[in-house]
Amino acid sequence: MVDFDLSEEQVEFQMVVRGFVDDVIRPHAERWDAEGELPMDAVKQMAGLGLFGLPFPEAYGGSGADLLTLCIAIEEIARIDSSLAITLEAAVGLGAMPIYRFGTEEQRRRWLPPLAAGDALAGYGLTEPGGGSDAAATRTTAKLDGDEWVINGSKSFITNSGTPITSLVTITAVTRDGDRGKEISSIIVPSDTPGFEVGGGYRKMGWHHSDTHELAFNDCRVPQENLLGELGGGFSNFLSILDDGRIAISALAVGLAQGCVDESIKYAHEREAFGRPIGEYQAVAFKIADMATKTELARTAYHKAAWLKAGGRPYKAQAAMAKLYSSEVAVEAAREAVQIHGGYGYIEEFPVCRHYRDAKILEIGEGTSEIMRILIARELGLQPR
Amino acid sequence: MKHVPDPNLPVELDGGRLRRDGVQCVLDPGDEFGVEAGLRLVEEHGGEVTLVSMGPPAAAEAIKRGLSMGAHRGLLISDDALAGADALATATVLAAALGGRDFDLIIAGVESTDGYTGTMPSTLAELLGLPQLTFATSLSVTGSSVRVDRQSPDGYQVVECPLPALVTVTAGVNEPRYPSFKGIMAAKKKPMEELALGDLAVELDVRQKVVQVTQAEERRAGQVVAADGDTAGRIADLLAEAKVI
Ligand SMILES: Cc1cc2nc3c(=O)[nH]c(=O)nc-3n(C[C@H](O)[C@H](O)[C@H](O)COP(=O)(O)OP(=O)(O)OC[C@H]3O[C@@H](n4cnc5c(N)ncnc54)[C@H](O)[C@@H]3O)c2cc1C
Repeated sequence: MVDFDLSEEQVEFQMVVRGFVDDVIRPHAERWDAEGELPMDAVKQMAGLGLFGLPFPEAYGGSGADLLTLCIAIEEIARIDSSLAITLEAAVGLGAMPIYRFGTEEQRRRWLPPLAAGDALAGYGLTEPGGGSDAAATRTTAKLDGDEWVINGSKSFITNSGTPITSLVTITAVTRDGDRGKEISSIIVPSDTPGFEVGGGYRKMGWHHSDTHELAFNDCRVPQENLLGELGGGFSNFLSILDDGRIAISALAVGLAQGCVDESIKYAHEREAFGRPIGEYQAVAFKIADMATKTELARTAYHKAAWLKAGGRPYKAQAAMAKLYSSEVAVEAAREAVQIHGGYGYIEEFPVCRHYRDAKILEIGEGTSEIMRILIARELGLQPR
Repeated sequence: MKHVPDPNLPVELDGGRLRRDGVQCVLDPGDEFGVEAGLRLVEEHGGEVTLVSMGPPAAAEAIKRGLSMGAHRGLLISDDALAGADALATATVLAAALGGRDFDLIIAGVESTDGYTGTMPSTLAELLGLPQLTFATSLSVTGSSVRVDRQSPDGYQVVECPLPALVTVTAGVNEPRYPSFKGIMAAKKKPMEELALGDLAVELDVRQKVVQVTQAEERRAGQVVAADGDTAGRIADLLAEAKVI
């Protein structure tokens, strides 16, 4: 029997997060977006709810929840505030998760508890100025000198890399490039390491109060034991990290789309044109019906991918499908929501305006739509170029 | 503590009573302050927080919310015969349930968000023969006494009494925490005691009858004072008229 129910505890948790978002985030989301800085107070309050430690075992300060529970929290936050939703998604999925998944016991004990508590944030640096999709083209290098790695190169668009509480960034770097092929490894770079420079932020289309920076490494030295996972394992490690990340980004996209549906329903009741609420016009009502339908399907897609993962079954294709579909649904829902709001949809006081700007990155980050289609096609036995 | 219809939703009436079936109910927001106050005292001094509610079986949900916040155990008194109990009957039942137990402090909200009589806590204190400190905006325990800042129309009084005692807390007393996922999971395993009327030695005599309930008048639109030469003076006149100044 197919079972679409969340557990009783997940439903309760969803209600708690929804209440938290309404009380603590909703009233300030517009201002935070205009200010363009990660609101550390809000991060602290999210930490108080235990959000940053959800999928980690209690031994490291986590809650021992599953990926779906994390996704529920991300979806709820994204209904109102994508910047804080990606802050959570990146902190857990990209920042802390590699340390938990690939770290030694010592690395876990050292770095994980503050991350799980939300007292510290971490970033994951894969993308470089020269390219993100072609991750094997990494140019950043790390050479062993005695018992230290000497890192040179740069990374672009790294989320959570420059907040006041960022404790580390895990980067991918070429650790060997010779006749026996290129070897990419992951290395932990603590925030205060000399030679590691965090650039100023970007002027982004959306995700204004999420923290994103360019990073430069100039003869940056870290101890040899900061290697994360096996030497040469960096490439396959991040590919598996990104599979989970795609389910979480899908949850974020579903949240944004749901936010657009909610705002559109409200507006369709309130706004009158030609003597009646605009929701009574089929052109408007059908738009909302389509948005809601696609949002529901997108939610089902990411729930299923998370369910496959929880059952220890292959889920790579389903994760890519969920990410591809829901990010495109989010962009479409945001566009239609602005349309339904007319001129007011173009004005920042109306959340759909911000949702519209926040949606586009979902088709780009953690693997573009094109890359998702390539992955899915490969899973189908095709070799598209 | 009380399980009440979500105060953020429109009120639905069913004769002289609030409709509760099919209506989203929550832990009374006023009681969240009481739970938080209890948790903070226990974090500071040790001990346990027991959540007590009289209500329909669904009131267990309100207790569960408090257990998820960190309270230690729950006690639900539920019986069909208690439907429609007034504040005196509620206090009588709670006094019977708490009478023989060992506790230092009873914490209640000032009033419930649905009934608003605000008489239950004082009645309970009287029936149990406890000193009561009401309208607390802050609360601390030292040795064997409790001290509160008691809100009054023109400031606050500092009052103290020996334990055991009953305190009612206002909405300003603290910032209630949200349950964490860990708290929600832990709450599943916490003890919840359930009592029916037959388990308590009480005679109930419900004398209060709700004769009529009417919807409050809708709030009227405000008055806009256009900015011109003497705007401040006209606003002052309006405030004086409304007896605000
Ligand atoms: C706000 C923000 C936050 C980010 N956070 C992080 C982070 O924390 N960590 C991190 O490592 N990265 C992060 N990124 C980077 C992001 O993951 C990359 O931008 C993304 O993977 C795309 O890489 P690119 O920008 O280099 O585009 P490119 O790879 O240069 O792609 C350009 C275009 O070509 C297409 N394309 C590329 N290859 C193919 C192909 N083989 N077939 C068909 N089409 C192709 C792409 O789909 C795209 O449309 C972030 C980006 C942004 C904007």
